[in-house]
Amino acid sequence: MADDKKFAGFICTGCGIGDRLDAGQLEAVAKREGKMATCQQHEMLCSKDGVQLIRNAIDTDGATHIMIAACSRRAKVEAFNFTDVAMSRANLREGVIWARPNTDENQETTQDMADDYIRMACAEVKFMTKPHASGEQALNKTILVVGGGVTGMTAALETAAAGFSVHLVEKTGALGGWAAKWHKRIPTRAAADGVLNGTNVDLPMPMDNDVDAMIAAVQGSDKITVHLNSTITKTSGAPGRFSADITTESGSTATENFGAIIQASGWKAFDASGLTYLGSANADVVTNVELEALAKAAGDGPIKRPSDGKEVKSVVFVQNAGQNSKEEGHLPYHSGIGDLVAIKQAMYFKAQNGKDCDTTILFDNLRTPGAAGEDFYRSGQQQMVIFSKGKVNEVTSAGNGASVSFKDQILDEDVKLDADLVVLDLGMVPNSGPNPYAVTDELEKLPFQERDKHKAEVEAKIASVTIESILNLDYRQGTDLPHLVNGFTDSHFICFPYETRRSGIYAAGPVRRPMDIKQAQDDATGAAMKAIQAAVNAGQGSAAHPRVGDLSFPSFRKEGCTQCKRCTVECPFGAINEDEQRYPQFNESRCRRCGTCMGACPVRVISFENYSIDTVGQQIKNVDMPDEFSEKPRILVLACENDAYPALDQAAMSGQEISPWARIIPVRCLGSVSLSWVTDAMNSGYDGIVMMGCQRGADYQCHFVRGSTMAAERMMKVGDTLQTLNLEPERVIVHEVAITDIERAPRLIKEMEEVVEKVGMSPFKF
Amino acid sequence: MSDMNTAMIEKYRNSFLSEVEANVEEGEWVKMCMQCGVCAGSCPLGNAWEHTPQKIFMMIRAGKRDEVLTSDSMWMCTSCYNCIVRCPRELPITHIMHGLAHYAKRLGIAPKEQPTAKFAQLFWDNLMKKGRVNELKLGVDLYFKVGEGMKTAMKNKDIGLAMWKAKRLNPMEFFGGHSIKDVSGLHKIIAKAQELEEARIAKHGG
Repeated sequence: MADDKKFAGFICTGCGIGDRLDAGQLEAVAKREGKMATCQQHEMLCSKDGVQLIRNAIDTDGATHIMIAACSRRAKVEAFNFTDVAMSRANLREGVIWARPNTDENQETTQDMADDYIRMACAEVKFMTKPHASGEQALNKTILVVGGGVTGMTAALETAAAGFSVHLVEKTGALGGWAAKWHKRIPTRAAADGVLNGTNVDLPMPMDNDVDAMIAAVQGSDKITVHLNSTITKTSGAPGRFSADITTESGSTATENFGAIIQASGWKAFDASGLTYLGSANADVVTNVELEALAKAAGDGPIKRPSDGKEVKSVVFVQNAGQNSKEEGHLPYHSGIGDLVAIKQAMYFKAQNGKDCDTTILFDNLRTPGAAGEDFYRSGQQQMVIFSKGKVNEVTSAGNGASVSFKDQILDEDVKLDADLVVLDLGMVPNSGPNPYAVTDELEKLPFQERDKHKAEVEAKIASVTIESILNLDYRQGTDLPHLVNGFTDSHFICFPYETRRSGIYAAGPVRRPMDIKQAQDDATGAAMKAIQAAVNAGQGSAAHPRVGDLSFPSFRKEGCTQCKRCTVECPFGAINEDEQRYPQFNESRCRRCGTCMGACPVRVISFENYSIDTVGQQIKNVDMPDEFSEKPRILVLACENDAYPALDQAAMSGQEISPWARIIPVRCLGSVSLSWVTDAMNSGYDGIVMMGCQRGADYQCHFVRGSTMAAERMMKVGDTLQTLNLEPERVIVHEVAITDIERAPRLIKEMEEVVEKVGMSPFKF
Repeated sequence: MSDMNTAMIEKYRNSFLSEVEANVEEGEWVKMCMQCGVCAGSCPLGNAWEHTPQKIFMMIRAGKRDEVLTSDSMWMCTSCYNCIVRCPRELPITHIMHGLAHYAKRLGIAPKEQPTAKFAQLFWDNLMKKGRVNELKLGVDLYFKVGEGMKTAMKNKDIGLAMWKAKRLNPMEFFGGHSIKDVSGLHKIIAKAQELEEARIAKHGG
């Protein structure tokens, strides 16, 4: 209803804007070209007084669309927080006056820049509508926790402590998981402050296992419902309105609704049966998991070897058995905590079998993470556990006990060592469900040109392995959470430590990466907090990280849709299903508002209320385009709002110059960039286009995981478009820019300036 | 597999480490070494040793009793204390080196022809005679019993003459020399100290 729109502009003259720029001219541009019904200046718009000026315009004069020309949209967000109107911001401070030198000869181009940013902000707000929640949302204060080990129980207890209800689903018949089987725990605290270095000081010792107390707390909580011998046979919906079928072993199913889900499906030990060269078939060669059972069975008495029940007098720990290895069938990663486990277990022998029991740990790289860490290592040394950097070649056995052949890497010699018992340090393997992107992930390891050739072969290989689903999601994009690396379930350690690629579903504990009890507890607490946040956000219809609080959501013009399915495939978060008529169905609370669907849509029917093909497209078109002979080129910069845009802001803050020809538009993610923007920009006479996204590939740093990758793939096709326009391909470039690239980001724009100088101005200026 | 390796079957046990702990001065620190190698890299004479402190410590844990105790490495230590200052685990490495040398000497398996070991014995014998060091005699002993005899003596001739002129060296000291006031009292002190140490060794079964 266009009639109801009332546009109001506000220009701040503080922070030196008024001194450097002709505010009267800016006001005139906003009114005449930007079609703002009113435009007011204020000497400090973010002050109480300035904010009141805007408030009055909304409340008294009925402004529905406001344009604020002041500092960067990343600054003063608390002051300029007007959720009841559509709002755009022109970046005159970081974007113009701080990015340009204050000299007379630069005055004209600086004012040009500011005028353009006013035109752009006015154009943007004209095509925005105030975001409002979809009405789909619901607040559901119940959380589903899948897995009843330490991680799952901690998540359940923390969630319950925050006042939410929990359904805890455990596949086996008992709570406690692996941890309940452990004899003792790795200590969680360093030596007390003030404990001096020494050879007989008070250092951390293995702690008593307290999992029983945790089980009792879970069973005693009136907010936690425990489902034993049960699995999830179907999960549908979205955050705030998940529905899950909990099916017992006997086949009876209960359907419950949840606000969010925590997957704590844990781990299993690496299968040692292939490690025959390490004597895995011998009775007196046990795994570190099996040793826990032997130690527990012994109580406080001496640990006995399995073959003949003799008290163990010597034990050798073989670290990194089948892990951190490039050999076929071994784990390529290191589980990180195996050395702590070995120290703990060596101390079982010192405590139970006597101080004269010889315990030798043959390590590769001794790693002792955690608070007790180095102190626990010293604690082991203090008790005369022998540590030797050795590479084990073979474990053989003649009768009882075993012999370990290894190379001592300090003394550089081959040694054969006899022991009553040998313990193999096995790695942790995650209990992940099938990876929905298994084929894509595998193919992306290949060069781009070879992917099609190997597609069938990779698909067949992936299909040949059956992995049991854990969540059984009815999403179009697979039944389970995507994997990150080595089969561990998704999460991102830099951009979003707990977020997965399925909104409202959080992975926690060793299914995410190898970890010990303490780490798993911390991880579970974090996941519980995130799950609660997701449920609450879903209740308000606002996005999860990183666009927390954003009420906008994607919608599409049905009559224009060609059902090409590109949006459903390319959405990094699996938010888009298909409805019965095969149209896309946006599950708003699964959506993270990155706009990758918008960038994917070839017919441009997908949009957000406050971000669309037009809000950016019109900014591009409304820049004043000087003619070909003016010597004033125009460079369009599409910068990711999470990394590149703040990097450019910071560049200006730290006194770096940004090219006066640049017109920078922040985009939610490079994945949201529509090819039509590139074509339009070229057609309307821009001389170059610089796109700045995040690092892509295996070590991606894209907040939306795949956005940067998708953009790079789409832009491969730009060459053809440019060719049809008879333009040089170097006029368009995609860069990976990190938030720390404060000096590099302006330089990349400068480089485009040099390219334009070389290839000449665009002939498309009218 | 060679004989050497077969003989190693009983290694990597606590036995020798325990022996060192009981009998060597500061020996209880050996188990705390984390094999970082900073001592080896810090030793100004490191490349002149057969075994660096790091290796000596690892050999102790590996149970290489004879190799450690007959090694000349700990005799090479000049007590510069670089290793002690730098050891991240704060091991008194210099003291352990001397402790090991002392223990080897006590057991009578220290290398016989090692110059430092020989000089140490000369110094002790010299000191015990008069209760003070007779520098002239010690010098001459050093030249003829450790050094190359007349050749070494001639090399230092000018220094000796200059010291004589400056009254820093009395040639008459060569004939007997003077002693401290109560030599027999010193001998009693030393005898008592040795008695205490024997008792300590006997207690640990060394």
